[in-house]
Amino acid sequence: MHNFDFVKPSSIADAVKALSAEGAQALSGGQTLTPTLKQRLAAPSVLVSLTGIAEMQGVCMGADGLSVGAATTHATVAKEAAAHYPALAALAGGIGDPAVRNRGTIGGSIANNDPAACYPAGVLGSGATVVTNRRKIAADDYFQGMFTTALEEGEIVTGVTFPIPEKAAYVKFNQPASRFALTAVFVAKFKDGVRVAVTGASNDGVFRWSEAEKALSGNFSAAAVEGLTVSPDGLIGDLHGTPAYRANLVKVLTKRAVAAAH
Amino acid sequence: MPKDTGIGASSKRREDVRFLSGRGVYTDDMAMHGQTYAVFVRSNVAHGRIKSINTANAAAMPGVLAIFTGEDFKDVGGNPAGWLINSRDGTPMREPKRPVLAHGKVRHVGDAYAAVIAETYNQAKDAAQQLADDSDIEELPAIVDMRKAVADASNRVHDEIPDNLCFDWGWIEDNRAAVDAAFKSAPHITTLELVNNRLVPNAMEPRASIGEYFPGTGDYKLTTTSQNPHLTRLLVAAFVLGIPENKLTVVAPDVGGGFGSKIYHYGEEALVLAAARKLGRPVRWTAERTESFLTDAHGRDHVTKIEMASTKDGEILAIRTETLANVGAYLSNFSTATPTFLHGTLMAGPYKVPHVYVNVKTVFTNTAPVDAYRGAGRPEATFSIERIVDKMCRELNLDPFEVRRKNLIQPDQFPYTTPVGLVYDTGNYQATLDKLIELADVAGFEKRAAASKAKGKLRGMGLSTWIEACGIAPSNLVGVLGSRVGLYDAATVRVNATGNISVMTGAHSHGQGHETVFAQVVAEKLGIPESSIEIVHGDTSKIPFGMGSYGSRSLAVCGSAMSKAVDKIIAKGKKIAAHMLEASENDIVFADGKFSVAGTDKAKSFGEIAFSAYVPHNYPLETLEPGLEETAFYDPANFTYPAGAYLCEVEVDPETGKVDIASFTCADDFGHVMNPMIVEGQVHGGVGQGIGQALLENTSYDENGQLLTASYMDYAMPRADDVPFYKVDHSCITPCTHNPLGVKGCGEAGAIGSPPAVVNAVIDALHRGGHTHVKHIDMPVSPARVWQAING
Repeated sequence: MHNFDFVKPSSIADAVKALSAEGAQALSGGQTLTPTLKQRLAAPSVLVSLTGIAEMQGVCMGADGLSVGAATTHATVAKEAAAHYPALAALAGGIGDPAVRNRGTIGGSIANNDPAACYPAGVLGSGATVVTNRRKIAADDYFQGMFTTALEEGEIVTGVTFPIPEKAAYVKFNQPASRFALTAVFVAKFKDGVRVAVTGASNDGVFRWSEAEKALSGNFSAAAVEGLTVSPDGLIGDLHGTPAYRANLVKVLTKRAVAAAH
Repeated sequence: MPKDTGIGASSKRREDVRFLSGRGVYTDDMAMHGQTYAVFVRSNVAHGRIKSINTANAAAMPGVLAIFTGEDFKDVGGNPAGWLINSRDGTPMREPKRPVLAHGKVRHVGDAYAAVIAETYNQAKDAAQQLADDSDIEELPAIVDMRKAVADASNRVHDEIPDNLCFDWGWIEDNRAAVDAAFKSAPHITTLELVNNRLVPNAMEPRASIGEYFPGTGDYKLTTTSQNPHLTRLLVAAFVLGIPENKLTVVAPDVGGGFGSKIYHYGEEALVLAAARKLGRPVRWTAERTESFLTDAHGRDHVTKIEMASTKDGEILAIRTETLANVGAYLSNFSTATPTFLHGTLMAGPYKVPHVYVNVKTVFTNTAPVDAYRGAGRPEATFSIERIVDKMCRELNLDPFEVRRKNLIQPDQFPYTTPVGLVYDTGNYQATLDKLIELADVAGFEKRAAASKAKGKLRGMGLSTWIEACGIAPSNLVGVLGSRVGLYDAATVRVNATGNISVMTGAHSHGQGHETVFAQVVAEKLGIPESSIEIVHGDTSKIPFGMGSYGSRSLAVCGSAMSKAVDKIIAKGKKIAAHMLEASENDIVFADGKFSVAGTDKAKSFGEIAFSAYVPHNYPLETLEPGLEETAFYDPANFTYPAGAYLCEVEVDPETGKVDIASFTCADDFGHVMNPMIVEGQVHGGVGQGIGQALLENTSYDENGQLLTASYMDYAMPRADDVPFYKVDHSCITPCTHNPLGVKGCGEAGAIGSPPAVVNAVIDALHRGGHTHVKHIDMPVSPARVWQAING
């Protein structure tokens, strides 16, 4: 690890100001950034911790749905969202291991937008709104490809607001080594339709499976997906699975998520 | 009533108190006054020619004390192979020099070609990066695939070795004609091509070494993560650096796992010693996890074609194999013995096979060196045999239990001479099979399969009846076979004046529990409390000698040496007692910690005898030396032959290909069991590693020789939820006939017997689910591979 300065501001404004410094890098739970630093693959001059900002912490049920502060850990979401949005709480409770869940945050996860991360599927599948220090961004506009988001220079995620569906479920198939999603599917049934978000499978990161959404919006049952096929084009092929294997998983896991939705 | 102390008691592991409370002392825990840090500069290409290394910039960086390159070691010795193998044509194997630091060429990703010593770790890291930037290495095409390495001689790992072949070994060459004849007339031939996947050992503690030099005396000290400090001393002193053995102390303190990878001497150990001598300060190095992945000696990596000739009703007539075994870029110390005498000699398994011939071609590639890893050769043999027995049963529509039972060596046939050079001294393979069938409730399988089916899962059952050769080994035998060392062991039993005991053993414990078990054995023999006995290991300045721990040899060989030394203590104690009790030595009996005159109530306690030996006021000084300390060396008369039967049940999810281990049952014969709890733990660990190999662990190099699985992000280790609650039994006992404790060894059994049981179970599940086109799936049997097999 190279040397760096460390600051821990207590307001969003101070954080944004600190991040404007040359070579500054935001640090939330550090579950991706810290190993990267240790391997000397990143060398920021200043690390700006976002975990000391009170308004970026916690889970709160309001008129717009469930608001989660960006610096809220997975463990907190797993516990505090359970009464309001059980599928989201289950997703958070299945990320990594206890150490990861007690450090890693929702904001860190979706700002990084790892193509195999869990939260992007939950946020996109819920049609959630990503709140930043500057604006509100619909999930459909926020995720823009592997490790790519709508965030601009100097913009940080401060929270995410989730509408609460009638039913939802997240089904993850673990990559055997990392236990990230080899492929995972988040299904959410709203009054006006069904959303299906897939993570782990695509070279473009999290995506919506629109054919399945259409079929499930008419008939919310596993059988509705049975006749559909997923093209392997553009899907990830690596040591752990071919594009065809992942295409199969997208369908199998979607059926299982529909069956498990509650 | 189970015993609560001594042999057969499940005494709690005394060493765990310090391990579990963070008070173990590992190499990296040792802070030294004036210490400096070594960081190695490692090749990031698999194969390259070193054009230049410009050290000037790095040398000028803050805190840098010294820089070493291959040039500094070109005139010292290489790290040798410990076993000479001759090819079928009688020519000796090719032995390229394995230098301390690569010189001229780099031969695998991670091959160290320079080292920086600095005041701090970060300074050394910074300078190492600079040195890497200032090195000109011309990348050459990488040799990764063994078949291509042999087929295309235009590209060579070692310029002087024309075909990348280390040797072409036949075992037993004289068997070949008879084997071929048996195949010609065989009613049925089963053929299987398989891969025994390469594994990264992944000890929890990475390798670490500290070199010290004491200019006042010229003494050196190496503190290192070793399974066998004496062997390391021999190699680094006599072969590599040319230090007199008596000027080098090697200490292996608490060591956090080895699984074979810490048997061997590595260049880093020589480097820290040479650097310490140059600087007159301690030099330390601890591997980062990536370095462990890239440079610890890997395991397995065989590509095998096995054929089995049989009758139509499953009687095995002959076995023939052709194997390519990867040794990687250099010969690690046991690398030539592992695919040969630890593999070919086991190729008859526990069966009455009249004819066996094994061919092994050992190949150099631009990959990390490959050497013995838990089981070492025997898992490869067992996997090949047990997979093809299963395939034969399927082809002939025969019951795999009955076919094995029919072919197993019968209890009255021991000692049994196999066609591949071993004499199994004792065993009862039917007994372990019967015990397994009972414990695993084989009769209830169909009911469980139906329950799995109701959940949409395919259930399968896989059997493995296995044997291994442990307790390596009779020195005169291994000498004939090419070993360059003896494989006896030694122990000193030192009785102190106050009656407590220090045992200095040549075994090294890096997780096994020797401190507990060895004390149990001594306590039993001397009739004194276990708590009075201290087991000392891992220090060449304290231990008489030792060849260390590997090959499930610690108790069978080192424990036997200790047992012999205790016998000498008792014999001397009788002489002392005879004098004190004014009786004839022949009338003294020793039992329950007391020396007594037979048939009388005259007796002296063990403590009184010990005291008398050190305060010899009433002592036969004219005929007997004072003191009570004995050393014994023990050279085994034969290998030991643990054997057993394993059954694995799996559930396969046909939609995703995911395999879950539903149950795993082991019935083992380890001979006499000293501590049932520790034996059970060893089996758990071994089976866990076997399940890891079978389902999860995949070491993958790409065509450029880059290790794709160089971290836990891509290398899948078994975790708690990947393994079931095991059923383990070791009540079937045929004691080893030739060592004093009647023990056979249990450390590797689980890793040897389990992989074929898992794979057989997966194939069984797929066949029961109607996917009868699937004949074999290579390990690791990952979800993607199973799905591909089903849908392929």
